[in-house]
Parts: sequence; structure tokens; C-alpha cells
Amino acid sequence: MMEDLLTHAPALLLAIPLLGAFLTPLIDRVNKKARSAWVILILVVTQFIMMALAWDVFTQGAHLYTMGAGDPTSTIPAQAAVPVRIVLQVDGMSAFMGLISCTVSLAAAIYSLAFMDRESGKGRFFTLLLLMTVGMLGMEFTGDMFNLFVFLEVLSIASAGLIAFRVYKGDAIEGAFKYIVISTLGALMVLFSVGLFYGQYNLLNIAALANVLEYTFLDKLALGLLIAAFAMKCGAVPMHMWTPDAYTVAPASITAMLVAASQASLYALFRVCFTLYGVTLNLTTVGIIIIALGLLSMFVGVTMAIPQKDIKRLMSYHAISQTGYMLLGVGVGLYLLSKAEFDTYGLRAMEGGIFHIINHALYKGLLFLTAGAIFYKVGTRNLEKMGGLAHSMKYTAIFFIIGALAIAGIPPLNGFASKLLIYESAYQVSPILSIVAMLVSILTLASFVKVFHSAFMGPRLDISDNREVPKSMLAGMAILAVGIILFGLFPDWVVSHLVHPAAQALADQAGYIGSVGGV
Amino acid sequence: MIANIPYIAVVALIAIGLFAILFKRNLIKIAIGLTIVEAGVNLFLITLGYRQEGVAPIYTNLPEGVSIPGGMVLPVPQALTLTSIVIGVAILALILSLVIKIYRHYGTLDAARIRRLKE
Repeated sequence: MMEDLLTHAPALLLAIPLLGAFLTPLIDRVNKKARSAWVILILVVTQFIMMALAWDVFTQGAHLYTMGAGDPTSTIPAQAAVPVRIVLQVDGMSAFMGLISCTVSLAAAIYSLAFMDRESGKGRFFTLLLLMTVGMLGMEFTGDMFNLFVFLEVLSIASAGLIAFRVYKGDAIEGAFKYIVISTLGALMVLFSVGLFYGQYNLLNIAALANVLEYTFLDKLALGLLIAAFAMKCGAVPMHMWTPDAYTVAPASITAMLVAASQASLYALFRVCFTLYGVTLNLTTVGIIIIALGLLSMFVGVTMAIPQKDIKRLMSYHAISQTGYMLLGVGVGLYLLSKAEFDTYGLRAMEGGIFHIINHALYKGLLFLTAGAIFYKVGTRNLEKMGGLAHSMKYTAIFFIIGALAIAGIPPLNGFASKLLIYESAYQVSPILSIVAMLVSILTLASFVKVFHSAFMGPRLDISDNREVPKSMLAGMAILAVGIILFGLFPDWVVSHLVHPAAQALADQAGYIGSVGGV
Repeated sequence: MIANIPYIAVVALIAIGLFAILFKRNLIKIAIGLTIVEAGVNLFLITLGYRQEGVAPIYTNLPEGVSIPGGMVLPVPQALTLTSIVIGVAILALILSLVIKIYRHYGTLDAARIRRLKE
């Protein structure tokens, strides 16, 4: 039973939320409470299977699942010489990202139960939320370029629908329009590069493509398109203009999901650089490009954040800035890949960048959820119109402090652990990288001190309802806060059991190709 | 040369579409630009799989005694294109419905005047 479950886990993880999503509107017609229970049940089951699969991947090695094959592990059918079917390939990195997506989705869904209680059309809201989960998991598991495009579009459409969820507000539609135009353009760039690959090699499978890739002019063109598309989707400067708009107007729980969705694009970027191209790349040039994107995002993000007056817009710019850390860490790894230093501090840098992905998903998710809680109580996102909230919202204030200290990299919270890894290893490449990273960290702290002061300190605000936010919202925030504290207290365990296998899997191109075989 | 004409058309379509997305201020024209880029990419995929004098790929294996001079065209790019068209329709419908809502809220389709978020 357990073995069957694990064998089919990659397909089940896509099938269960997908089926759940399409049944949600039907159940919603019958009974609203049953619908909420159904959505949470689906996400809890998904989370459980994801944890089982991740544990198996981290201890036993990568999982392969061939769609439509009698034996899911046989990637190449008898009549063919190459993998023609869609293969789901879950290695350490995919499992790591899958864990993030599932956890954030679950926390966001629990939070939404109370947070969305003043809105109508919640059946559709939860349908799209589940579809977003499917899109993220699909992007992270797939071993097929065209499939990647399809899941990217599933994710984009569901996200755009949710960003525009408050259709009675003009700005929500405006943000969603920007998001969908940018996403579609990015997805078409991905599709074009899929065409370039197929025209040259007659292949769509990532592992098989990586095996025969010759780094011709067309491959370089495809690389440029893919990097541009995924950097745009993950909100790296200079393609970041959609991020603050879309993050600000989406309901807070969806903003937390959008953070995880951007990270799925980040994962796709890393997968393309490390696995699809890998050692055939001109590693120095591409590494420097990724590092430069990272530095730009870090610095521009934080400087744009400081003058913001809208609490969610401010946090969105910080999200851009934090994405820079991940790009920096993994970019340093890419720069050093196949050099002698890789085994000493190149891999450390990648571990830092990858560890930062999960930390960011947790604390940024938490911060957006606290911003949502403030919005729920006060009805505004403007920092100048709020104050004194610590009197009535003690738990929210505590959660905010945890998130703010984590993002600023204050020990013993998780942000410190991953930033330290990045500082140490980036310093070996060039001290300037670490100096910029630390400077950005200080500015981040300054910015969040300001937010804390204007939102939570000061005299009691004159609002009619002075109670704490509902319990389900606190529960959603608590899931993420517990994660932050645990990861901060036991960083060594997390790095050696989760992050190290993920970084190793990402760097091990030959292993990824070899597990599919054939060709 | 004659075989390259579709590729020239692909580049032209994508360039025209990108021009519309980047420089037009009317939201409907931006939507049209996206559709043109998509048409260019779809044409690219279809052209990749085409063979001179080929026929539609209906059979897995040809029946005994039948031979086709050009062979069959490649089925995979056609399947990709179909998927991409379906996705494109969904996206276009979503974008246009957003445009309708924007017009109701702002009373204009001029991108330069739709900037409540910028304040």
C-alpha cells in the first residue's frame, strides 16, 4: 500500500488537487461548510503525500513517473529509442520545492477561511487556489519542456484570476492585467524555445535534451529567451514592474501563494541553467549574468521599498530584494560549477541560495498574511492611517515581529542561517558581493522597524472592533511562524537533510540525465 | 529560399506583435499584439514539423502496400500547436474580460490613464 502510494505519488500529487479543484464548485453549490472542509482535506492529503514522497526522495533517491506507461519507471517505450512520453522527474530539488508549495498553499487556504468571509464567490476562489497548487507542483515535477510550458500557463491563469478576485476594485483588475500580459509573453518565449529545441533535436524531454545539447547558436538564443522569461516571472530587476502591482492588489493569502509561485519560476530558471545546459554553458558569463541580476534585484528592491506608504507594496519590493539573495547564492554556484572551488564554497553558496528559497517562502508568506490581518481589521493598506494595533492584535504583532526579524537576518531566526551561508561563500568570490548583501540586510531591517512602528505602536486606534483576528487566520500564520522558528533553531539539521540533497541534485546534471536513460 | 518564407513570416509576426505590446497604449491593441505573437509562435511550431508533399499524420504505421512520396508530416508539433491554441483562447478570453472590467472602472482603455496603482 505504502509502496504503491510512493510509486504513484508524483502523479497523485497533480491529480488530487486537480480533481479537488474541479469538484469544489459542485460541493460549494450544496454546502459552504462542506466545501471549506473539502478544500482543507485535499490540501492536507496533498501535504501528507508530498512529505512522504520528499522523505523517500531524500533518503532513497529520485523518483521517475512516466505518464501512461504500464510500468511507471520505464521511461522509454519498447517501440522508441528516446523518451517520448511525459516523464515526471522528482529529484531532491523538485521535492524540496514541492514541500514549499504544499506548505504555503495549506497555510494560505486555512488563513483564507476567515479572511475571505466578507467576499462572495468563495467556491471559485478555492477552485483557483487549488489550481495554483497544481500549477506550481507541475512546474516543479515535470521532466518535459512542453509540459513545463503547460503548467506555467495553468499557474498564470489561476494566479491572474485570483489577483483580480476583488473585481469591484479597479486597481485589482489593473494589477491582474499587467500580470497576465507579462506571464503570457513569458510563456510564449518559453514555447518558442521549445520549438527551437524540437526543431534541432526532435526531443522534448529535459534529460534527453540535456544529453545531446550542442550549445549551437539556436541553443544560445533559446537560453536567452528562457532566462528572460523565467527571470521576468520570478520578478528579478529589471523585469520586476509587475510584481509590486500584482502582489499589492491580490488578497493577502494569494500574495503568499504568489511568492511561492514566483519561486516555482525561479526553480525553472535554475533547472534550465543547471540541468538542461549545465556544463555545456559558458559558465562564467551566465554565472555573472545571474549574479548581476541578483545584485540588482537586491539593491533596487530594497531602495524602492523604503519610501513606500502602502504596507503590501513595501513588502512586495522586499520580496524582489530577497529574490536577489537566491539568485546571488545559486549564481555563485553556477559561476563556480566545474571549477575546483565548487566543492568547497560553490556548493555552500548554492545551499545558501536554496535554503533562502524556503526561508523566504515562510517569512514573506507570514509577513503578507500579517499585512492581510491588518487590512482585515483596519480596512486600509496605508501605513499613515494605522497605528496602535499592538493593543488589540497581540498575536498578529508577535507574528509580524518574527517575520520582520527573520527577513532582516537576525539570529536565531531562519533568515540569518541562509544569509550567513551566502555571505561566507560569496565573500570568497568577491568581497563586494557580501558587502552589498549585508548592506541590503541592514536597509531591510530599517524598513521593517518603520513599518512596525507605524502599524503597531502608538495610541490605540479608534476602530469599532478591537478584537484579535479570527482563529483560522491565526492558525494560518502560526503554521508559517512555527516553520520559521524551527528552521532558525535547527539550521544544521535542515541544511544537511533537506537543502544539501536539493543543492546536490541541482548540481548533478549527469545523475538527472542518467536516471532517464536511453538516448 | 521558398522554404524559408514561413520563417520570415514567423519573425515578422512576432516583431509586429511585440511592437504592439510595447508601444500601443490601448489595452485592446495590447491584447491583439499578444495574439499576433502567439500566432507567430504557432506558425513556427507547425512549420518545424512540415514536410514537402507530406500528408496528415493519421496512421501509426502505413497499411501494407501503401506508400506516400513525402511521408507523413510530424505529428508532435501539431499536437503542441493544438494545445497552445487552446491555452491561447483561454488567455485571450481572460484578458478581454479584464479589459471590459477595466473599462467599467476607469471609463478609458488608455494605459497611460489607468494608473491608480502608481500613486
